Amino acid sequence: MIKRIGYALAAPTIAAVVAILLSAVVLLINGSDPVVALQAVIEHGTQLETNIEALNRASALYLSAIAVAIGFRMSLFNIGVEGQYVLGAFMAAAVGAQISLPPVLHVLVIILTAMAVGAVWSGIAGVMKVTRNIHEVISTIMLNVIGVAGIVSYLLSRWKVEDANLDTKLADIPASGWMPSLNTWVELFTRDIKRVQLHGFVLVAVAVGIGYHLLINKTRLGFDLRATGANPLAAEASGVPPKRTIIVAMLLSGAVAGLVGLGQLLGVDHNYNLRFAQMLGFAGIAVALLGRNNAWGIAFAAYLFGWLERASGVLAIKGDAPREIVTIMIGVIILSAVIAFAVVERRRLADMVRQAAAATQEAPS
Amino acid sequence: MTTMVKEGTSKARLLIVLASMLVAVSAVQNFARFPTEDLTSSGTWSIAVAWSVPILMAALGGMFAERAGIVNIGLEGMMIIGTWVGAFYTLLAGPWVGIIAGGLAGVVAGAVMALATVTFKVDQIIAGVAINLMAPGLTRFLSDVHFSDRGGSITQSPTIVGVSRFSVPFLSGGNLFGWKSPDLLGAVERAHIIVLSDLAGVVRGLFWNMSWWTLALLLIVPFSVWLLWRTSFGLRLRSCGEHPDAADSLGVNVYLYKFYGVMISGLLAGLGGAFLAVELSGLYKEGQTQGKGFIGLATLIFGNWRPILTFFGALLFGFTETLRLRDPDAPHALLLLVVIALIYLAVRGAQKRNWVSLGVSALAAVVIGFAYFTSEGVPDQLPKITPHLTVLAVLMFGTRKLRPPAAEGIPWSKGEH
Repeated sequence: MIKRIGYALAAPTIAAVVAILLSAVVLLINGSDPVVALQAVIEHGTQLETNIEALNRASALYLSAIAVAIGFRMSLFNIGVEGQYVLGAFMAAAVGAQISLPPVLHVLVIILTAMAVGAVWSGIAGVMKVTRNIHEVISTIMLNVIGVAGIVSYLLSRWKVEDANLDTKLADIPASGWMPSLNTWVELFTRDIKRVQLHGFVLVAVAVGIGYHLLINKTRLGFDLRATGANPLAAEASGVPPKRTIIVAMLLSGAVAGLVGLGQLLGVDHNYNLRFAQMLGFAGIAVALLGRNNAWGIAFAAYLFGWLERASGVLAIKGDAPREIVTIMIGVIILSAVIAFAVVERRRLADMVRQAAAATQEAPS
Repeated sequence: MTTMVKEGTSKARLLIVLASMLVAVSAVQNFARFPTEDLTSSGTWSIAVAWSVPILMAALGGMFAERAGIVNIGLEGMMIIGTWVGAFYTLLAGPWVGIIAGGLAGVVAGAVMALATVTFKVDQIIAGVAINLMAPGLTRFLSDVHFSDRGGSITQSPTIVGVSRFSVPFLSGGNLFGWKSPDLLGAVERAHIIVLSDLAGVVRGLFWNMSWWTLALLLIVPFSVWLLWRTSFGLRLRSCGEHPDAADSLGVNVYLYKFYGVMISGLLAGLGGAFLAVELSGLYKEGQTQGKGFIGLATLIFGNWRPILTFFGALLFGFTETLRLRDPDAPHALLLLVVIALIYLAVRGAQKRNWVSLGVSALAAVVIGFAYFTSEGVPDQLPKITPHLTVLAVLMFGTRKLRPPAAEGIPWSKGEH
């Protein structure tokens, strides 16, 4: 038992230590004092506002990582979350601005549009995989570019409305399609919050996390997914239809991906504009890896990434070090995490084999 | 012997395909609603060749890694590193040193990738993605430190100058010891004879106003054919990608050859990135690779993991990239070409009684044909996504049998079988 916990903790600990050491080296090369930089980050990072911003960011990263993890669970690598969420949010913003419905229903229609568009875009890759055996990494990379640089860029130029600031954006979603901020709820327990808004969409991310946990661990479909991921031949032999499972996994993954950009859309901007956050899909891959495809692990990793991004902002302001150090640090964390996981896993397996061998020898033949 | 015959017919087929494409393009641009000359002008093709080089380098880089059994998704990140290092050392020591330095930086990135995937047996896709995530952060950090006080900024370097250019004597009017030779292909191109002038334009593009670095990097194509298929090094490298257990049993150091493969992969990606920054753009700029590493991977599939076919694939993608910089009527005329290709696919579908193929091709032909006859030009975005649409279409409807290295993507450990 102690050994099991040891193995579980070894990899993240190694990864964290390596990442901190390497970042310190980078800071030293840059001529800044790592200790001073760390103190500044911690001081800024323990403020309420920073943590609320981190939570907003983390909820988007969380949804993105869950979308990736659904694929990972059955050895599908949906690198197309990027395209699926940008396209989904764009279409949802376009639809949301054109319709007028009662408050809750309006939000629901926007959310369902985003999920449907995301699912269609990932579904194309699923169909290509089952009909022509085209690897989903290649097809989703292509679909990312076609979706973002092609469709979104073209439709934005056709449908844009220009305001006084000459900002390129879609029309605003009416107030019935907004999601309220959760500030008043948080303020019940803490002090008044300045400047920032906690997105109401954080609750949707929590719901998706619970749904993901139940789906993977408690349902037939989840079992099928995991079985296909672990051993496709054995799964097929025991009656799991491989093609249908691939399509279902891709559709689910894309539907969740569609949600990624909605926190910003429904809570803050209320329209699609050029400031719409991109690259969350690729960051989600890293978060899913660090969280080991587990609903709790991903939550932890998402918060860590969100917090690092927000808390590090202080470095650039104070001029202690460029904030890009965080991008490097995140990359180093991922690489050292995956290497540590691989090494620890091999140790654990070797340990198991040794124990099994010892047990067989002891047993009377 | 049978393979020899096969290779002979595949070369003949390639020639037939190229020739019919030329005739089709020539016809299309002369009889289009808005006639254009830019589809086959030497100006277009000279730029197309140069812009195909980074894609070609990425694709060949992918080939060396995959031939050794490692799928290198990290090509994009390695190219990004190449763009920065190439620009930085060009500032310090000129374009020849700069691009070589970019390649060497790629080798280092390749070694990191090999360490993760070969030594520690990390999932190859994951290791590649980690490199892709890290590279932009690294270059941004380095730009802040080194370019900000040299007249650049956190996102770009100051402008840099590449190596000189040359034209081949006689074929395209280059200088020979200070004497200006006649421009034979140029004369044919200017004569405006259908098909013949078009061919002259395309060929002249390959020999005219070319950077010495373009030539140097293009020579890697025949060199890699020789290295992979004519030397024992190549045989060993390929055996690690096809059947590492068999290679191991014959005494090949599989780990070492996988390291070689991924490091050569990094070298080529780094060279391609540095070339992009130094020769094509004249500066390092954040995001300038625009997914060329990924396009390279797709080009490799397009080229069936073989250098020569990969070269033609890269040329095609370089060409589509060039078109949006030139005559706006040219992409519009290309729509007509797409319609012709779709009609051809539909006829083949009917011959083979593949009704799905027939239906999809015919429907697409009608839709695009309608778009062609009702529009005056194409949206700016269309040329940009053409390579990506082409890759998907080729994978979806291509009838060629693709044969990737048998053991690619599978982590291998000595003595497990």
